[in-house]
Amino acid sequence: MQSSTRTPYEGIVMAAPVTIPYVRYSIESAQWWIGRALGALVAQAGIRSSDIDGLSVSSFTMAPDSAIGLTQHFGLCVRWLDTIPLGGASAVAALRRAARAVQARDVDIVACVAGDTNHVDSFRHTLENFSRFNQDAVYPYGAGGANASFALIARHYMRTYGVKREDIGRIAVAQRANALRNPNALMKAPLTLEQYLSARPISDPIRLFDCVMPCAGAEAFLVMREETAAALKLPAAKLLSTIERHNAFGDDPVQLRGGWAMDTDELYAMAGVNPGHLDFVQTYDDYPVISMMQFEDLGFCKKGEGAEFVRSHDLTIDGNFPHNTSGGQLSVGQAGAGGAYLGMVEALRQVLGTAGLTQVKNASLGLASGFGMINYDRGLASGAAILAGPSR
Amino acid sequence: MIDPIKPPRRKNPLVRTRLPTSPPKARSRTSHAFTRAAAEGRFVLQRCGACGTYCYPAREACPSCLSSTLVFVDAPRRGTLHSETTVRVPSDVYFRERAPWRVGLVKMECGPVIVAHLHADCEEGAGVKMSFQLDRSGQAVAFASPEKETPNMADDRQWREMTADPKFRRVLVSNGRSAVGQETVAALKSAGAKTIFVGVAEPWRPFAGEKLLRAQEGIEIVPLDVADEKSVTDLAADIGGKVEILVNTTEYIRSGGLLDRRGTSVARDEIDQAYLGFINLAQAFGPGMRMRGADGVNNSIAWVNVLSVYALVNWPAFGAYSASQAACLSLSHSLRAELRPGGVKVINLFTGPIDVEWFQTLPSPKVAPRVVATAVVSALQNGLEEVYVGDVAEEVRQRLAANPKAVERELGG
Repeated sequence: MQSSTRTPYEGIVMAAPVTIPYVRYSIESAQWWIGRALGALVAQAGIRSSDIDGLSVSSFTMAPDSAIGLTQHFGLCVRWLDTIPLGGASAVAALRRAARAVQARDVDIVACVAGDTNHVDSFRHTLENFSRFNQDAVYPYGAGGANASFALIARHYMRTYGVKREDIGRIAVAQRANALRNPNALMKAPLTLEQYLSARPISDPIRLFDCVMPCAGAEAFLVMREETAAALKLPAAKLLSTIERHNAFGDDPVQLRGGWAMDTDELYAMAGVNPGHLDFVQTYDDYPVISMMQFEDLGFCKKGEGAEFVRSHDLTIDGNFPHNTSGGQLSVGQAGAGGAYLGMVEALRQVLGTAGLTQVKNASLGLASGFGMINYDRGLASGAAILAGPSR
Repeated sequence: MIDPIKPPRRKNPLVRTRLPTSPPKARSRTSHAFTRAAAEGRFVLQRCGACGTYCYPAREACPSCLSSTLVFVDAPRRGTLHSETTVRVPSDVYFRERAPWRVGLVKMECGPVIVAHLHADCEEGAGVKMSFQLDRSGQAVAFASPEKETPNMADDRQWREMTADPKFRRVLVSNGRSAVGQETVAALKSAGAKTIFVGVAEPWRPFAGEKLLRAQEGIEIVPLDVADEKSVTDLAADIGGKVEILVNTTEYIRSGGLLDRRGTSVARDEIDQAYLGFINLAQAFGPGMRMRGADGVNNSIAWVNVLSVYALVNWPAFGAYSASQAACLSLSHSLRAELRPGGVKVINLFTGPIDVEWFQTLPSPKVAPRVVATAVVSALQNGLEEVYVGDVAEEVRQRLAANPKAVERELGG
């Protein structure tokens, strides 16, 4: 059966990018972080919390709550509600679903929020209880968590396409340079390629600076119709196109590509742009090798040419391919599901021109992608969105 | 290639004994089909009854056609190692203490991709042979070995975590008077056990084979009457800290069921020897073994019970004996659970009638004591948990799986 072509996201906008600055460890709960983000959304948008009539929440650490518990917790009376447990693909999925709901007028203003706490033992618990397949068939094998799983993918990818650690390191090093301009980044020291290469080995070929630092934090944005934003006098960014795909290419013995590769043609066609038009790109960087994979699968270069692409481009804010301008999770920190939102919220700031020190000059068109849920041997969820600023 | 392990040095009594920890043990209920297979040394995968697709990890419906007829079947073991990693910073205490730890992605020829522990001689891009093993938490894990035998293969550090190889370990065999006991001693000796303590009740009474036992280095005859609590605790006080493998070969076979016997005196002897003897051994040696589960190269590692296959279904011709064996089997499951925190395996061997005097009137096939001994060592070396020794035992296993009621009727004559 042929897939149908999607209806455009006409008249759908995003507004009020919110980041609650991260901390390495927090004694607070996920609910505390999510509450802060909702408070900031309302304050920044100049609305009352009763104006929010839709809520989408993503968090690894809010158990035993789901989004419904949070409505009462935060006094929100909503007519549209979603809990999105898609890890690194949560922000794209939240945006897509919220966009359709506001487009259909099931709801007017959706607060999309992701927040996680990080207690001293939170991360290990998340690893242990990640999924049934993980519990049955991955975690008992060395308990290396995502590091080991991505090491297996990275090694195979590197061998298949002749990628060297030096190539992947360029991504991490450039992001650190970006992060030094982001006051909220947890990583404050510069990173050289030499330091990247000689870092502590974690799970070969993954070394320390391939890994994100788990932390606590929250990110959020609002989704509404253009006229709602205009009435509220809110600066807003247009959603030009998004894609989402799960469990793609299941027959590849080891993951060499993500689900983006199935849908990018449609992504760009709906947005009416091509990859060369984009002013910046925010990829999901749980490991820099996955960002390289996205450069290929999102159409910036051909499959297998990611290393050459990285060698021939400057990935810093002022470079010819501004990438993960906030510093990304690698340098800002991974606040659980907030990590999915980091790039999306930064993309929103960039096209609104409010990114401050990390602002790409004249940025009005950008892409944010997501990737998540290494359920067994590969990341299952992928998605991407193209946003345009008010000037376009 | 692996360097052979070195004999452990004498233990320094001033150094703290490292306590055992367990690898992650949570599993879905369906996944325990692999536990069952690993216990018996079989390699199974789920296969769809409708479309024939093999799949892994354990699922509740076929990922190719959504049929619910997924059946665990013996599956081809061959695969290719596609990618590997050495985990250097695990998040779990057990693996952290044993890091670096090597795992890989194996693409099976029959289809699925399996995350597996790797034998050190497995090479990326090369063929491997897959098995399910019981790890120190007692749960099944996939283990990839090189296709062909390599030098010192059994000495692989990760393989040794899955098995209970007697090499360099000290063993107590509970009954040195029996043929099974003596053959077991010989088999353990040739498998590289460092010391074998051989329990003999009333050692002043001579017995066949005694001379041979006494003549060998590394074999120590010790006084042990398992039915006598004091005898067992006295021995444990002496050698309890040095027993890494305990082979319970206690044997007390008498014919008869209920109606052709008078009174309970024979039954009481059966219970005294087999059941209470087991309890005495477990209480005297179990706690020490559990404590030493991670104590170096010669950590305590396994408890072996030689049981009759009629522990699984009563054979009225030896009805009371069958019941005593069933009691021991039940107790072994308790012992298994209680020793698990120490990573100490409990291995049950189910034998058909053994070729000893108490089964004199039975026709063949009977199991030669040497075959039992070989099975003990092989179970230890391969880390099994359930072993059926001989044709009769294997037949009973299959018939029980097919229809237990038929077995009951047929054994009843």
